[in-house]
Amino acid sequence: MQAAGLEEPQVAWEPLLPGLIILLPLLGFAINGALALSAARKSADAVRAGGEFDFLENGRPASHSLPTWVGPGVMLLAFLLTLVNFVGMLGAELHEPVIRSYWTWIATGDLNVAAAIQLDQLSMIMMMIITGVGFLIHVFSVGYMQDDPGYPRYFAYLNLFVFFMLVLVMGASYPIMFIGWEGVGLCSYLLIGFWFSDEEKASAGKKAFIVNRIGDLGFLLAIFLLYLVFQQVDYVGVFGDAEAVFVYGGPVITTVTLFFLLAATGKSAQIPLYIWLPDAMAGPTPVSALIHAATMVTAGVYLIARSSVLFALAPLTSALVAGIGVLTALFAATIALKQQDIKKVLAYSTVSQLGYMFLGVGVGAYTAGVFHLMTHAFFKALLFLGAGAVIHSMHHALHHTHKDWDAQDMRNMGGLKAYMPITWATMWLATLAIAGIWPFAGFFSKDEIIWMTGAMAGAENAPYQGLYTVYWILALAAAMMTAFYMARLMVMTFHGENRTGSREVEHLHEAPKTMWIPLAILAALSVFGGWVNVTTDLRESVLGGFGFLPMSEWLHGWLEPVTEAAHQIQETHLGELAHAAPLGGGEVAWGLISTVAALSVVLVTARLLGSRKVAVAVEDTEPTGLSRILFNKWYVDEFYHRWVVDPILTTSRVLWRVVDAKIIDGTVNLLGNVARAAGWVGSLLQTGQTNTYAFFFTVGVLVILAMIGLQG
Amino acid sequence: MLNALAYENWALHALIWLPLLGMVHVLWAAEDRAKWLALRWSLLVFVLSVGLWWAYDPALGGGYQLESSEPWIATWGVNYALGLDGISLFMVMLTTFTTPLAVLGSFNYIKKRQKPFYALMLLLEVGVVGVFTAVDLFLFYVFFELTLVPMYFIIGIWGGERRVYAAIKFFLYTAFGSLLMLVGILYIYARGKALLGVTSFAFVDLLQIPLTPGEQMWLFGAFALAFAIKVPVFPFHTWLPDAHVEAPTPGSVVLAAVLLKMGTYGFVRFLLPFFPVAAQHPSVVTLMLVLGVVGIIYAAWVAAVQPDAKKLVAYTSVAHMGFVVVGIFALNVNGLQGGLLVMISHGISTGALFLLLGMLYERRHTRLIHEFGGIGRVAPWLATAFVITALTSIGLPGTSGFVGEFLALVGAFEDHPGIGIFATTGVIFAAYYMLPMVQSIFFNALEKPENQAVQDLSRREVAILAPMIALMIVIGVHPTPLLRKMEPSVQMVLERVYAAAPPSAAVIESDPDVSGFETAE
Amino acid sequence: MLAESLVLAGVIFVLGTLGVIVRRNVIIMFLCIELQLNAVNLTFVAFSRFVGIEGQLFVFFVMTVAAAEAAVGLALIISIFRHYETVNVNHFNLLKW
Repeated sequence: MQAAGLEEPQVAWEPLLPGLIILLPLLGFAINGALALSAARKSADAVRAGGEFDFLENGRPASHSLPTWVGPGVMLLAFLLTLVNFVGMLGAELHEPVIRSYWTWIATGDLNVAAAIQLDQLSMIMMMIITGVGFLIHVFSVGYMQDDPGYPRYFAYLNLFVFFMLVLVMGASYPIMFIGWEGVGLCSYLLIGFWFSDEEKASAGKKAFIVNRIGDLGFLLAIFLLYLVFQQVDYVGVFGDAEAVFVYGGPVITTVTLFFLLAATGKSAQIPLYIWLPDAMAGPTPVSALIHAATMVTAGVYLIARSSVLFALAPLTSALVAGIGVLTALFAATIALKQQDIKKVLAYSTVSQLGYMFLGVGVGAYTAGVFHLMTHAFFKALLFLGAGAVIHSMHHALHHTHKDWDAQDMRNMGGLKAYMPITWATMWLATLAIAGIWPFAGFFSKDEIIWMTGAMAGAENAPYQGLYTVYWILALAAAMMTAFYMARLMVMTFHGENRTGSREVEHLHEAPKTMWIPLAILAALSVFGGWVNVTTDLRESVLGGFGFLPMSEWLHGWLEPVTEAAHQIQETHLGELAHAAPLGGGEVAWGLISTVAALSVVLVTARLLGSRKVAVAVEDTEPTGLSRILFNKWYVDEFYHRWVVDPILTTSRVLWRVVDAKIIDGTVNLLGNVARAAGWVGSLLQTGQTNTYAFFFTVGVLVILAMIGLQG
Repeated sequence: MLNALAYENWALHALIWLPLLGMVHVLWAAEDRAKWLALRWSLLVFVLSVGLWWAYDPALGGGYQLESSEPWIATWGVNYALGLDGISLFMVMLTTFTTPLAVLGSFNYIKKRQKPFYALMLLLEVGVVGVFTAVDLFLFYVFFELTLVPMYFIIGIWGGERRVYAAIKFFLYTAFGSLLMLVGILYIYARGKALLGVTSFAFVDLLQIPLTPGEQMWLFGAFALAFAIKVPVFPFHTWLPDAHVEAPTPGSVVLAAVLLKMGTYGFVRFLLPFFPVAAQHPSVVTLMLVLGVVGIIYAAWVAAVQPDAKKLVAYTSVAHMGFVVVGIFALNVNGLQGGLLVMISHGISTGALFLLLGMLYERRHTRLIHEFGGIGRVAPWLATAFVITALTSIGLPGTSGFVGEFLALVGAFEDHPGIGIFATTGVIFAAYYMLPMVQSIFFNALEKPENQAVQDLSRREVAILAPMIALMIVIGVHPTPLLRKMEPSVQMVLERVYAAAPPSAAVIESDPDVSGFETAE
Repeated sequence: MLAESLVLAGVIFVLGTLGVIVRRNVIIMFLCIELQLNAVNLTFVAFSRFVGIEGQLFVFFVMTVAAAEAAVGLALIISIFRHYETVNVNHFNLLKW
């Protein structure tokens, strides 16, 4: 990386209390957790007595007002601390990561894992997203979860989640990342099943944890394999020697990266392990925003980006990453087309966008993948929070009139624009962003990914050329679908006539300040957030304002120290990437085409669906044909149940009742019974009859006499 | 301070004889005083045992410390000889830590015939501490068999419906294995006499005996059978579910936390150092590793479909011990330390699980999972404790369960990648058996009125669970002190194993070049 | 001479033993036991001709013991008879498993 003898001028940078950034959310967890436990006692006593403890009626106790300040408070402090460090790092021109080691976690004769954090450009950008967007979502939750008796428990879990997520991105070695990895899985389980009295919701949490664990298997195996090769498992140690130790495209590195891919598909909900994410919508909506949109699900992308050196050395796996990504993007988009629950649409949209991120890191565009991670965090969090505001409002209305309708079903909405204008506006901004329409954030990030895919297809020594062309086409198709289903969501929810009911309408209202201010901030980020990374070609063109506006490839440069090793490997082996798309045309041309196409889709959809009559959920007919298949998610869950879950359960039962009870235990009992039988036979000698005893007595004497006689 | 008290001279003796004194005291006293006396005596033993942590110094190498030896049966060369090394240190402390907690957990559970019960618990402690501190093989065997008697009575008298069947099964099954071991012991003694002219049962003397590979193989088999039944290793595990289900809660706690460890301790203390040629013989290693993996997966699958919560946890013990066996027979530092750490973690977490199940049983008088539901709403603290313990059991990083499993798997993977892969799938199945039970008991709707009346944790119960949960987290976050303390002794065991390896044998060290992986030139 | 005596004694002994084993009436069993004892006496006397006077002396001991044993035994039988109302030894079977 540096030529020998040349010293790049590096401003020595001391991070400010980085450990505190991690500890603050943990502290929040401890405080909120204690408050939750004490509140839970009161609630439990009430339930035992036959009722519920109404925290509203009895005045809000400290256990319910303190978390309002502690929860978002620690987040704000963490964010500010992160910001200070970010600014510091900006000025420092760091080329090597800064490592702070606190204690030795595991130390055996051969293996040494330190409890250490690594601060570099990649971890810093992740930290900013986590603490920043996390803070906004915490604030939103104050309004959203106001009336929930589990209020302190909610914030405890949410703080704990941020703690683990920070551990994940700040860890200096794979085992430390793994702590965060499983930890966020735990919090996801706790938060999805937050309303645990509902069996469906509790089961959704359980499903998430178990499916995630399948991915965790991959993570562990990758760590073991790396340990076998390197005798150490920290990033600096592994990445430093990786190029020298591994054969490009060799079996070992391919196996390691495949294991990591398994882990990533589990955490980031890609095919085949995405099935937990739609069910995860059972949790409170801010949870869906934070965990299942902005942060936890991006952990897989982060993993691959962090391990960019390893993936660059394994072209087969990278192609697989990209393939899984684009297939998932397309597959999930098709399902989103026909979902009626607003959160389900967003859930499948998330799966789909994660697919884009995978596509990005799969073709070696690590920065593009992380860029899309960032912009997606902005607009998806916004969409979820907005949906949360809508659901909150719908709940209120339906609750007031005791109407038994589903507050999340879009067929029961309609025309909400009049009642929730801020939500409407901000969500439209997010929709335009996610559809990839210029000049919103999503345009730049999605465009770059699609462009890089095309560039890869035309690279000099591209390994699977035709394949990448296919990826490129599929990515474009998925983008069009994205525009369609998002526009559909907006139209069904906010436009047209209101279907909720005339009595309910008067209770529909805009969200309170704690809820719409975060929306507004996220909207601003969704609008302007893309300008931090405009590629060179675009900058000079109309799409970049002809170079007037202060935009730049900032993110690329920022992440360069982290990604350059991988890029070099890629350049060495793949040669130069193409400068034209597979079907011809430059970046600017395709940028224009995709924007115009997406915009057209949105407008046409709005026009077509806006005038169509939508039946409310209870009166709607069952879908048929292809619609039915899409609505039923291609019956994937059913497939898994039939071919994976049920067979395992059946085998378990057979193992129990037949093998364990009958065969193994049967043998044991058999031995016991044989002994008893022998004893019973022996007991037949005990007749109680004197004659018998006399007989044996005599026989014995004769035997002894005989023996004496024979000896003598 | 410890030196001032001459701690080294009397500590181990105190740990064995004080519970015996306590037992006599309990039998002498009034019925309603019995439990308090038992608690005080076991707490005293625990407090005294804490000093062991500082008394044992790993810097002195991995050999025995705090040694003492008195002739007992001189004509046979049997000595009353005690000692402590890095491995037995933790086993002893686990025992002295668990016993007072089990006693405290019995307070509301044992209503009739309390005196004999608490006396038997203390006698059990005598036996187990004796097993872990004996450095004379005869003495070891005596203590080993001694533990069977109180356990038999505890299960048979204060247990559940099928207690007599379970108690007899437990006793006969385990004793049968030990008998074969006795033959082995006597054989070793006889060889020692014949080859070296030494009449002694002391470990240090017996280790000098040059046993032929053939002898080592069948002796390994004899000893292994005894310990394999105790651990329990598949397929000798079927006594465990019955024993656990029928035993009273405190009996289950001690059985799981401590008695099972005697088996794996036996593997490490005897099988590896005494019979190193056999221990690393490829077929033996493969057999043990395969049985370990089968234990992990099979037991997990069977656990998942159990309707009885206690039986479920019993099977999880088999699964955890599978990890221990895999770690031990990886025959490297990581694996062995991992196995030991799993033993410690399992003792605490499974002990806690049984205590928690016992608390549920005291409230609802049922162990069937489907009888519960929604308990989390009326007993949130109990639910919290249970969830944390369950997470430790399935090895969530940050808890003690993870470190041990991780190291054991690393160790296994180093030398036997295929086994390592299969064993690691155990982490998925752990979630598969644990989470549904947690959900069925604590989550879901609160339907039954009997469940609605369930009380949350009392102060006594918090006092029991708090130290256990604290340990689970502390060991999970900072296991290094434990690892450092046990390392020299572990190295000593492994050195004996490696020393017996023929130069051309396929004993694979953790050296990447030898492992056959492709590397770039 | 000796041989014939011994054969006679042996036959009587065997008859006595068989009687003890086979007969059910407890009194008859006692009679057979007396037969055995007398067969032994006969053996002693037969040998005393060749060994010494001790053989005949021993016969007195045996006879005394036989008498004592018969007395005690009959007392026991009468006691048992009072309980069982029978002298059939097959009915005295409480000592079985």
